[in-house]
Amino acid sequence: MKRSDKKRNIRGRKNKRLERAIHGVFLLLGLVTVGCVLLISVYLIISGIPAIREIGLIDFLFGKTWASTAEDPQFGILPFILTSVYGTAGAILIGVPIGFFTAVYLAKVAPARIKSVASSAVSLLAGIPSVVYGLVGMLVLVPAIRNIFNVADGASLLAAIVVLSVMILPSIIKVSLTALEAVPKEYEEASLALGATPVETYFRVSVPAARSGIAASVVLGVGRAIGEAMAVMMVSGNVANMPSLFQSVRFLTTAVAGEMSYAAEGLQRQALFSIALVLFLFIMLINAALNFLLKRKKEG
Amino acid sequence: MKKMLIIAVMAILSLSLATGCSKGGSVSTDGSTSMEKVIGSLAEAYMLANDSVSVTYNPTGSGSGITAVAEGRCDIGLSSRYLKAEEEANGLTATILAYDGIAIIVHPDNPVAALTLEQIAAVFTGEITDWSELGGESGSIVLIGREAGSGTRDGFESIVGVEEQCAYRQELTSTGDVITTVASNPNAIGYASLAAIKDNVKMISVDGVIPSEDAVKDGSYKVQRPFLLVTKAGSELSADAQAFFDYITSPNAAEIISAAGAVPAN
Amino acid sequence: MLTKNASKRRTAYGLIMKTLMLAATTVTCALVLFLIGYVLVRGIPNISWKLLSTSPSYLNDSIGILPDLLNTLYIVIATLVIVLPLGVGAAIYLNEYCKSKRLVSAIEFASETLSGIPSIIYGLVGMLFFCQFCGLQTSLLAGSLTLVIMNLPTVMRTTQESLKTVPNGYREGAFGLGAGKWRVIRTVVLPNSVDGIITGCILSVGRILGESAALLFTAGFAHTLNGFIEGLSRSGASLTVALYVYAKEQGEFEVAFAIAAILMILTLLINASASWIGGYFKRRRTR
Repeated sequence: MKRSDKKRNIRGRKNKRLERAIHGVFLLLGLVTVGCVLLISVYLIISGIPAIREIGLIDFLFGKTWASTAEDPQFGILPFILTSVYGTAGAILIGVPIGFFTAVYLAKVAPARIKSVASSAVSLLAGIPSVVYGLVGMLVLVPAIRNIFNVADGASLLAAIVVLSVMILPSIIKVSLTALEAVPKEYEEASLALGATPVETYFRVSVPAARSGIAASVVLGVGRAIGEAMAVMMVSGNVANMPSLFQSVRFLTTAVAGEMSYAAEGLQRQALFSIALVLFLFIMLINAALNFLLKRKKEG
Repeated sequence: MKKMLIIAVMAILSLSLATGCSKGGSVSTDGSTSMEKVIGSLAEAYMLANDSVSVTYNPTGSGSGITAVAEGRCDIGLSSRYLKAEEEANGLTATILAYDGIAIIVHPDNPVAALTLEQIAAVFTGEITDWSELGGESGSIVLIGREAGSGTRDGFESIVGVEEQCAYRQELTSTGDVITTVASNPNAIGYASLAAIKDNVKMISVDGVIPSEDAVKDGSYKVQRPFLLVTKAGSELSADAQAFFDYITSPNAAEIISAAGAVPAN
Repeated sequence: MLTKNASKRRTAYGLIMKTLMLAATTVTCALVLFLIGYVLVRGIPNISWKLLSTSPSYLNDSIGILPDLLNTLYIVIATLVIVLPLGVGAAIYLNEYCKSKRLVSAIEFASETLSGIPSIIYGLVGMLFFCQFCGLQTSLLAGSLTLVIMNLPTVMRTTQESLKTVPNGYREGAFGLGAGKWRVIRTVVLPNSVDGIITGCILSVGRILGESAALLFTAGFAHTLNGFIEGLSRSGASLTVALYVYAKEQGEFEVAFAIAAILMILTLLINASASWIGGYFKRRRTR
């Protein structure tokens, strides 16, 4: 009796130790993500600060000329910042209405069969690699812009905007769709019972009820658009001009990607890291907005 | 289920080990994108003859190839421009592998076929902006150039005398990209390594000389630059790298170099 | 009169909104169809056995994408092997072990942040940390490790979602029989959340296949044929990077479209299998 008790005790203690070790291992695994975020932030800040200090924050952010390899190099990234902002705004302007109306249609009007086909088409759109968008943009869109608008060259901000607006469609449709589907049926039934037509109900009852989810989809789209590099690099011409619709332009992302592979050690390379830091800050801002919207959705 | 997974993983690993173990030394080269065809052909021929060595080529651009060799990140740097004084002062030496013409290219439908160096300079600095001023159909000229740091851009701008004055419509990061962009736009003009030109673009004669291997060799075609092998002065190459270096600078390699479209120096 | 006007306005409103919805949906679907059709029509005729089974050769002036196919496969394998334990482990910790709400929300916030960071930034940090700081050079391994960080949130989220669907009664029953926590997780919880793990895998594979910006500076662009172990330590282009290089740097559009068509077909397969697996497990669960 006593002996078996002891045995059980020993085994129990062993088990306890094992359990504790396993707990520790899982704790470590859980902390990996936090570690990664810290790693990325720390690396970007450490490598991005030196060039900003050398160039001067104001000159760096608001300088209008980027001539990284000239005799007297200039590192002003205002053209990149403005291009990224305009490009993203343009993509939102085109992509959001299309995505929004599609989402409402799929969520409320479409027959089940059409809905499932269209939803898988949208997932597919999300899965297509960005270089494929770039390739099609390069060979279809760029010549089309040259011919339609009769400009000298089609590689331009406009081409990038069109490509980006297609690329953000899936995020907008999917997130809005989920939000619209989560609207309680009672709201809509009440509105219909009060004599509103179905269409009025969708747009005056369901959409306002799902507004924070829809807003989140727009913010997500902004994040996607501002962070895209490869597709944009293939259609936008990559000259550091101030943005204008038919000019060849360089985005924050393409400024990093385009020069990184051949940048010499020293200020030019460091300046590229500083651009990445600026991009990272933009993204963090967008993430914060997204978090805020999604939190409010949960609570509301 | 678990066992099968483990067996599958083991099989893949052992298979790859079996295929992977045969190779021995390696030689890394890094630099000019214009030299891709030349160095690619040479590396392939060398690897066919020497099974145990693998030669890698990283197409990054002349500037970064020179940096890479200075920092010891590759064995041989590839540059399509002469070394700057400060680069030589940093202990780098260059060996000329070949010469290459820089062809001035336009869309095949463009009627303009001949320009002088002065006209080219005027076009690229933006003094002449319309093809009608050069005897072509009217249409604004679209300047296609390379990125800063490119050996081709450096060579072109210094020979034509337009350093830092070019107002490019597009700055592209590779030789092939310039060619395809010019080929797709009837108003474009650009420059690219003679070795890489395909028949989808038209070459312009400069001061009456059409770029060709012979014209580059006898010097009558003025827009040309060298293909250099950059190494560290004083420090020795690894045995494998030295053997590759000797092979590509030997007369035996000349045929491969000219097949790739450049003019061998040795 | 007033009501008549109002009802007219209401009909017009309904009509306009309906048209807008239909137009937007048509545009979206037409875009998808056009993209798939265009890429497949231009790409499939260029796919040949020779293209798939050879390496590029300067001497013969021919192009083959076998090395790129293999590199992609190696990257997928290496990334999954590393990301699965990490992601699944993190999800288990969050769902089964962690009692501090603050820690849970910190980890979830970190994972949301990771999924919002653009791939070009991953590429940059991957280059600085894995290639330079850890001394891996530009290699497939450095590329895979970068992709591990990128895909961690995906695997974590899908696993977590399916862990949440395992009924608490299962756990309590097993505890009641005297099993330790680890045993319960291993034998009861994990087998019941295989679907989430598999979905996470498939989504990750899709993301890895489509990734290019993060691989450009970490895995490089070499087209040499290597074995798995050796390949991991060498630079190599994945299919997407090869597509970029052939289209943008070399102007070989036939090859680029062939690769694009291959990628498109793989994307179709991945999407189909993801929804099939989702449906399969749903059916099994309700049975």
